[in-house]
Amino acid sequence: MPERKIYMDYAATTPVRPEVVEAMLPYFTERYGNPSSIHSFGQDARVAVEEARAKVASLIGARPEEIVFTSGGTESDNFAIKGVAYALRGKGDHIVTSSVEHHAVLETCKSLENEGFKVTYLPVDRYGTVDPEDVRKAITERTILVSVMHANNEVGTVQPIEEISKIAHERGTYFHTDAVQTVGHIKVDVEELGVDLLSTSAHKLYGPKGVGALYIRKGTRIAPFVHGGEQERGRRAGTENVPGIVGFGRAAELARAEYEDEARRLSELRDKLIEGLRERIDYIHLNGHPTRRLPGNVHVTVEFVEGESMLLNLDIEGIAASTGSACSSGSLEPSHVLLAMGLSHELAHGSLRFTMGRWSTEEDVERVLEVLPEVVARLRAMSPLYNVRNAYP
Amino acid sequence: MRDVWSMYSDKVMEHFRNPRNVGVIEDPDGVGHVGNPVCGDIMELYIKVRDGVIVDARFRTFGCGAAIATSSMVTEMVKGKTLEEALEISNRAVAEALDGLPPIKMHCSVLAEEALRSAIEDYMKRKGGQGASSGDGQITS
Ligand SMILES: Cc1ncc(COP(=O)(O)O)c(C=O)c1O
Ligand code: FES
Repeated sequence: MPERKIYMDYAATTPVRPEVVEAMLPYFTERYGNPSSIHSFGQDARVAVEEARAKVASLIGARPEEIVFTSGGTESDNFAIKGVAYALRGKGDHIVTSSVEHHAVLETCKSLENEGFKVTYLPVDRYGTVDPEDVRKAITERTILVSVMHANNEVGTVQPIEEISKIAHERGTYFHTDAVQTVGHIKVDVEELGVDLLSTSAHKLYGPKGVGALYIRKGTRIAPFVHGGEQERGRRAGTENVPGIVGFGRAAELARAEYEDEARRLSELRDKLIEGLRERIDYIHLNGHPTRRLPGNVHVTVEFVEGESMLLNLDIEGIAASTGSACSSGSLEPSHVLLAMGLSHELAHGSLRFTMGRWSTEEDVERVLEVLPEVVARLRAMSPLYNVRNAYP
Repeated sequence: MRDVWSMYSDKVMEHFRNPRNVGVIEDPDGVGHVGNPVCGDIMELYIKVRDGVIVDARFRTFGCGAAIATSSMVTEMVKGKTLEEALEISNRAVAEALDGLPPIKMHCSVLAEEALRSAIEDYMKRKGGQGASSGDGQITS
């Protein structure tokens, strides 16, 4: 058994930073007030929630009143898309999105299709990038929302959001982006990106699970998501998750101060891992965009071997990676993202994702470079496909 | 996927880590080559037959952990069995020999059963011209 475990699955979730835990703890015990209460306990919690709101707003260049706290990225995506769809039902019934979105967006769109809305799922190129011109062509008189993710959680490709949002606005429709993988990792500024709605989630930036936010540009028409009390200006009722929100605020504050250096460091580790794998393993291919990609993301297809058997072998060696999105765990279907990028089922089956973060080191990269080539060689020796030379698209 | 393999039994993991009988038989008496329609994984099974008894079996598999473990197990199970006995080995029996598989992974064991059948059928076809298989009972499949 390996002495040290190596975590290379930061895109699935991140550990909560000790500073964040420390900030949260008092709000479970001494400072347990309900932010809606008038007394001092309540007001203490209210102040904490509003401070956190300001910190999250500041990380993405928004105003505090434009931030609504939610239970995470999935809820934020649901809220943005359903909220706009229901608010603008009288105006139109068409939504434009991409075929590589997270299931939180795709399944929300599918449920709206069942309610009579029409959805266009745009194709992507071989790198997973959406062509802004396709967005222009897809928008009709009936379009009420365009939703394209900022960066893909599987292959790490960063989309040309500035261009796409500009086109959406020229055609008079709202623009939403799922920025769950980018906030706190690369620059995310709602003004520069030109977005009306943006989803984020604390557990991807060293905050706690089960808390997130939706940025809603002032003046955007959107239906309330959870009905009940007056919390979050009546848009998302329910007593606030105060410790979670405080943790999110602290994580956002730390990310704002540190993300630039961290992105540089991770990009170097990423490129070192990509180069090293290419040198040591033949018939390996990088998926996603070669340069417009998330700093810590390495996603590869290894021909003639299957993903789960690679993952199991890596796990035995103490290396935690993934085959794609954690959400499709146990699913037999190859990734919808890889298929949309044009990979065959067979190639999509042989893919691996390594995502690095705060605690990743050069030694981690070196260990993967030592272990994976052996694993691949072992599995290829038992693969009936190895002597068949496959064409890669 | 993590959830799935935490559900793998120790025996599955043991066969996955140290698969038995990996490789090809240079001069086989039967070869089975099957693909799994559910997931696209592929298995090749080679058998050597003497007097109606499987004396050697080897495999090559492109597939998940369960596929590799069931391939390994099925090659162990068939050795020393008559063709008739081998044909009675079901995917369930292979899974049971591995102390079970998670429900979502049961289809992987079908690959092993089908590869075995296909290898025996291939043997029968090759033998076809020369009559029955060394006179050792009638094989129907
Ligand atoms: C791009 C993207 N959107 C949405 C989500 C869902 O976020 P959460 O886990 O906070 O619901 C995730 C993470 O799993 C993600 O990567
Ligand atoms: S998932 Fe394909 S054989 Fe197991």
